Amino acid sequence: MSTILPPAADGSAAPTDPAIDAGRGTGLWKDAFLGLRRNPQAIVGAVIIGLFLLVAILAPILAPYGGDDLPGRTSITPTTIPRPGEIDGFPLGLDRFGGDVLSKLIWGAQASLLIGVVSTALGLAGGMLLGVLAGGLGGWVDNVIMRFVDILLSVPNLLLAVSIAAVLGQSSYAIMIAIGVSQIPIFARLLRSSMLSQRGADYILAAQTLGLSRRTITMSHLLPNSMGPLIVQATLTLATAVIDAAALSFLGLGGGLPQAAEWGRMLTYAQAELSVAPQLAFLPGACIAITALGFTLLGESLREALDPKTRRK
Amino acid sequence: MLRVIGKRLALLIPTLFGLSVLLFLWVRSLPGGPATALLGEKATPDAIARVNELYGFDRPLLVQYFTYMGKLLQGDFGVSINTGRPVLEEFATRFPATIELTIVALIFAIGVGVPLGYLAARHYGRFLDHSSVVLSLIGITVPVFFLAFILKYLFAIQWSILPPDGRQNPRIDATHFTDFYVLDGILTGEWDAAWDAVLHLILPGLALGTIPLAIIVRITRASVLEVQNADYVRTARAKGLMERSIRGSFILRNAMLPVVTTIGLQLGLLISGAVLTETVFAFNGIGRFLRDAIFGLDYPVLQGFIIFIAILYALINLIVDLSYSVIDPRVRVQ
Repeated sequence: MSTILPPAADGSAAPTDPAIDAGRGTGLWKDAFLGLRRNPQAIVGAVIIGLFLLVAILAPILAPYGGDDLPGRTSITPTTIPRPGEIDGFPLGLDRFGGDVLSKLIWGAQASLLIGVVSTALGLAGGMLLGVLAGGLGGWVDNVIMRFVDILLSVPNLLLAVSIAAVLGQSSYAIMIAIGVSQIPIFARLLRSSMLSQRGADYILAAQTLGLSRRTITMSHLLPNSMGPLIVQATLTLATAVIDAAALSFLGLGGGLPQAAEWGRMLTYAQAELSVAPQLAFLPGACIAITALGFTLLGESLREALDPKTRRK
Repeated sequence: MLRVIGKRLALLIPTLFGLSVLLFLWVRSLPGGPATALLGEKATPDAIARVNELYGFDRPLLVQYFTYMGKLLQGDFGVSINTGRPVLEEFATRFPATIELTIVALIFAIGVGVPLGYLAARHYGRFLDHSSVVLSLIGITVPVFFLAFILKYLFAIQWSILPPDGRQNPRIDATHFTDFYVLDGILTGEWDAAWDAVLHLILPGLALGTIPLAIIVRITRASVLEVQNADYVRTARAKGLMERSIRGSFILRNAMLPVVTTIGLQLGLLISGAVLTETVFAFNGIGRFLRDAIFGLDYPVLQGFIIFIAILYALINLIVDLSYSVIDPRVRVQ
């Protein structure tokens, strides 16, 4: 465990930023970053995520039409849906509402990434709070929190999210919160076990002999050093969050207008036209899969890079 | 052995108790409360007041909780709002469909996943290994409902070699008495009915099985990689044992422990996947029923199902733990 980076001096900043320890020997995070730069899998993942992020941010500029707009309303009838390239101005064709598929895919990237990032941040924050309380305080607090987490874990993730979304009503905010809350148990468990495994480490003993308070040790020593698995999990969770968000809006929990630009919802309405216009299902489906692939590749390379067992000198 | 089982079942009680409290509070926090869920959003205040009185929703929360728990302990899960039939009865008629589907999915996942993971590990770093890694990556990142669409489009619409939806061709006059359509067909000797039910299971089964497949391939591969270089495998080779028995009794058997654990943990994924798969394939099982329950805010159904799943989950994990002692003699000794 000698390779673990010494805790950050001010305690508030977890040493996640490779710039912090650049040039100061080889810290875990710097090593990880260097490893990532050499790993083709990580580069592919980062490029995919970078592209989708760019599309999401630049959606107002890139998309020819607004997400809910129906520019081709007059060109569609119940029996004919223009295929890609059939009508000028709609390179990927129209959907059953008369919405421009290309624009909807672009706006969908924004919606998906937003839900993914916000819900994962929510899950991470909630999980960290419970995890720190359980792992830091121990005793009955630990017991109560972990039993609560066990209860939540005994309900399948999607059902948990659906139940929460049912209480909050149908909206994209409900989906964010629902997915975020359904991720809390995993993060809480992970942080707790990661903290417990660090408890007996030499540097904790050193901090204790220095007479530091339990709060300081927990917050500035134990927590930053236990963050590795959480960051890996968060990256991988972004992938599941994007998929789960699509699943919830596929099931019809997204609320809003039926033609709203969400990948999952585009799939819902593509069902009826699968035989005449398969692209309406394949395009948004591929977008979901590729985004999830990007986060998975990045997350797994990060796991490899941070795992002391697979680290190379 | 019995003591272990007893202890584990006893541990289930606090979890179920906590879950029942959460579910109880969940129903009470539904928008408009349970009365609105029962009557729909356009209910008049008068009607809501009447329902509240009738079902006791106006009584103190604690009283309501004990009434609810009392019924639950007697096996009364309430009545479905959507269908008006008892929840348990609804489950009983729909579960066989989902069990059939899950069995097909697991046969596919285990039957392909374990050999593939094993071969990938044996051919570590070569083409077969790389393709298995790519395959499992696709399995994890492609959403199950999208995969269902692809399968349906290719096999049912484009090539028309498999039925696109349903559990059985309605034109087949099949006798049903267990609600397991394949089993019914076999037991009554109606082979065409059984075969038709099997055909209807293939596409949803493949779609549903892909997630566990991807995970099983990975775990098997990682586990075999770890085991095949273990000292006892080297010793076995040095002793001059036949390669076949080394692979079978030394490598595969030892590598199976984490795989069995993983298969047990797939239940949650399979249930979530069943909701989506059954929706795409109009497959009339518990998943599709749940989807309708989600929409109609059919809370007795959701409540009952979540409790049921929690129990099932605990039981499956218990079976998984007990199966260790069959696979690994070291666990038996302890």
